[in-house]
Amino acid sequence: MDNGQPGATPAVSSLNESWGEWFDRHSGTFFIAPAVTLILIFAILPTFYSIVFAVSRVKFTAEGLTVRFVGFRNFSKQLFGTDQVHFLGKTAPVGLVGMAFFVIVTGFVLWWLYRSAKTSTLVGMIGRCISAAMAIFLAWILGASQLSGNSIGTLYTTLFYVLFGCGVQFLIGTGLALLCSQPIRGRSFFRVIFFIPLMVTPLGVGYAMKMVADITKGPFEPVLRFVGLEKWVWSADPWSARFVMMICDSWQWIPFIFICMLAALENVPRDHIEAAEVDGASQTQIFREIVWPQIVPVAVTVLLIRAIEAFKIVDLPNIMTGGGPGSSTESMTLHSVYVWRANDIGTSAAIAYLLLILTVVVCASFFNYVVLGRLRRSRA
Amino acid sequence: MNQTPFKFEKTNRSLMDLLFEPPSVGKMSPVAKVVVYTFLAIWSVFVLFPIYWVVITSFKDAAAVNQGPFYIPFVDFQPTLDAWRSQFNSDPYCDLSSIARQFYLLAYNSVVFLISPVLSLDPMEPQICKIYLAFTNSLVIGVVSTVFCVAVGSMAAYALARIQYKPKFGNILVFVGLALLTIVATAYAGIPWWVSSTVALAMFFFLARAFGRHFRRSLGNGDILFWIISQRILPPIVVVIPVYVMFQAVGLLDTHLALIILYAVSNLPIVVWLMHDFFVNLPIELEESAQLDGATRFGIFWEIVLPLTRPGLAATTLLILVLNWNEYLFAVFLATVKVQTMPIMVAAKNAGEKGVFWWEMCAVIVVMIIPVIVMAILLTRFISRGVLLGAVKG
Repeated sequence: MDNGQPGATPAVSSLNESWGEWFDRHSGTFFIAPAVTLILIFAILPTFYSIVFAVSRVKFTAEGLTVRFVGFRNFSKQLFGTDQVHFLGKTAPVGLVGMAFFVIVTGFVLWWLYRSAKTSTLVGMIGRCISAAMAIFLAWILGASQLSGNSIGTLYTTLFYVLFGCGVQFLIGTGLALLCSQPIRGRSFFRVIFFIPLMVTPLGVGYAMKMVADITKGPFEPVLRFVGLEKWVWSADPWSARFVMMICDSWQWIPFIFICMLAALENVPRDHIEAAEVDGASQTQIFREIVWPQIVPVAVTVLLIRAIEAFKIVDLPNIMTGGGPGSSTESMTLHSVYVWRANDIGTSAAIAYLLLILTVVVCASFFNYVVLGRLRRSRA
Repeated sequence: MNQTPFKFEKTNRSLMDLLFEPPSVGKMSPVAKVVVYTFLAIWSVFVLFPIYWVVITSFKDAAAVNQGPFYIPFVDFQPTLDAWRSQFNSDPYCDLSSIARQFYLLAYNSVVFLISPVLSLDPMEPQICKIYLAFTNSLVIGVVSTVFCVAVGSMAAYALARIQYKPKFGNILVFVGLALLTIVATAYAGIPWWVSSTVALAMFFFLARAFGRHFRRSLGNGDILFWIISQRILPPIVVVIPVYVMFQAVGLLDTHLALIILYAVSNLPIVVWLMHDFFVNLPIELEESAQLDGATRFGIFWEIVLPLTRPGLAATTLLILVLNWNEYLFAVFLATVKVQTMPIMVAAKNAGEKGVFWWEMCAVIVVMIIPVIVMAILLTRFISRGVLLGAVKG
């Protein structure tokens, strides 16, 4: 079965082997069984269980739990029904800009689908269709809500946190790593200082930021008064609240990008850079032609990991604004938690499932078309 | 011929050159140096300021917090220890013997839980002030869960790096189908969970034995590894609701065991991912020669492989310990009274009738973040040696 590997299982097993021999012969199973069993029981089983909750009305009663099948009502309530404004945003009067945006994105996605139809396999095509459907759906929601002047729901708040957060954090984190990779003194000192926020408890970060961002008793009160903004309340306007949330999230997560990109930058051979310097290349040329191609593999992986974690954001909005004003800083996880607190377990599970679908489709698309696509191009 | 060796003239450069050109290859010009250090200094202040603010707030009294911002202790406000004292004055049982009793309680209650199917004893109730309770809970849950998770995860990672597995595709489909049937039967038909799961498990082994050999397609190690790592994508909120119901059914709500297991499972993907990378890069010859000398697989793992990956193991353990210490979402669902962890305790400070006592909360936050900052400093030592980041490049 696995010739050439150490510990290849002997083909013949004698009947009078000892327990130790039996254990060793089945060591392959014993090594992996605990991990697989744990994941099956505490990750896969609950995920299936969640489906049951998501299509049911669940009630806690005296004798336990009563579950009644209601079909897809919990989902349709989010997508078309009473919770639509909360989840998707207000989509009623569609403006011209929103319509144009939707048509352009749809056209572009369909053209991409048509172009790749010639080359890809059946499974690849199904995957592309799912990605395309998600892209068109998201484009419609964005066009009908934000671009038509309506409010956005928790779906787009989450996406804003992911896309904007990842983008800004990647730029600043990579910039800091570039600065830190210069020949400077005290590099290890800066490395320790810059790494700390990542490890600080997110909940502690939430409360610390709530104090620091306080507009009457926080440290920036004199600054705001000096600028003439003492009447400005960041937590009253949806977008300023979201941006403050992103500043605080960046405080915590830039270190992650920084530390990974710094390691990647230090792995770029020094003699390549020095040779280019001697040849008279400018700093931008060195970065574009030598450094960037070598750190791109780490960059896309780091972005993927960061995006996966960003979809789970819950502590910061919960503590800093409680999801307010209204529900405009609520992420999907927080939305689900609030619905759970209102004892509507079915709807809570449905929202959690919608988050799972969104995360998987977005991350899998990124992985397939960016990470693997880059690998394929570099091999070709 | 008298050839003078080429010499770089430093003296006759213009002022602009002196400022903007690097003195030699691999060094920076003075202006660039100033710019770089300025940016790094600004960022250091940005990073350290919130932590500084929390620390000084914990030494303020009510007046110093409420009458507007004060920045520097002894200069614009007089620091007090009130916030720290009130953590201990408000409750009784804030002494060493309470802590000792708490650790004894943990051991005693786990024994009580283990023998509960045979003999039912009353578990002990905690008698300890809140901050010690939260700290010991966080410590015990964090450490036990980390050890458990790293042990299970590195075993699986080693197995995936060295042993070929070929799970049949059909068997997996059978398992998924049976699991769904079990859940539906338990949820809608009201069959007790232990009956339905036992029946399903028996049926799975029967079906796998009977029909397993007829399935052709099988998966490889790469697929298993990807499956385990991809569990990290799963948002915890999807899992936590059913897990709450599952733990309620077996009476594990508000116990240490529940949090230990759940934390371990949620961090398993990270451990497997990082440790797999270390194990794959080990030279296989050592293990082969030990194999020839008659060592068992577990012996090889324990005595050869693990010591070789000690730096990676230590770094992974530290990382998981920090993640466990910081966890909040699972704790808020599953820990209500007895197993309050530090984050829960901080969050509980938020709900007061007389408003939030920020100075007291800050004292607890300081207690909560000091261990993680120490661990972060230790962890950067590993990272700067290149441990831990190999997996990212994959």
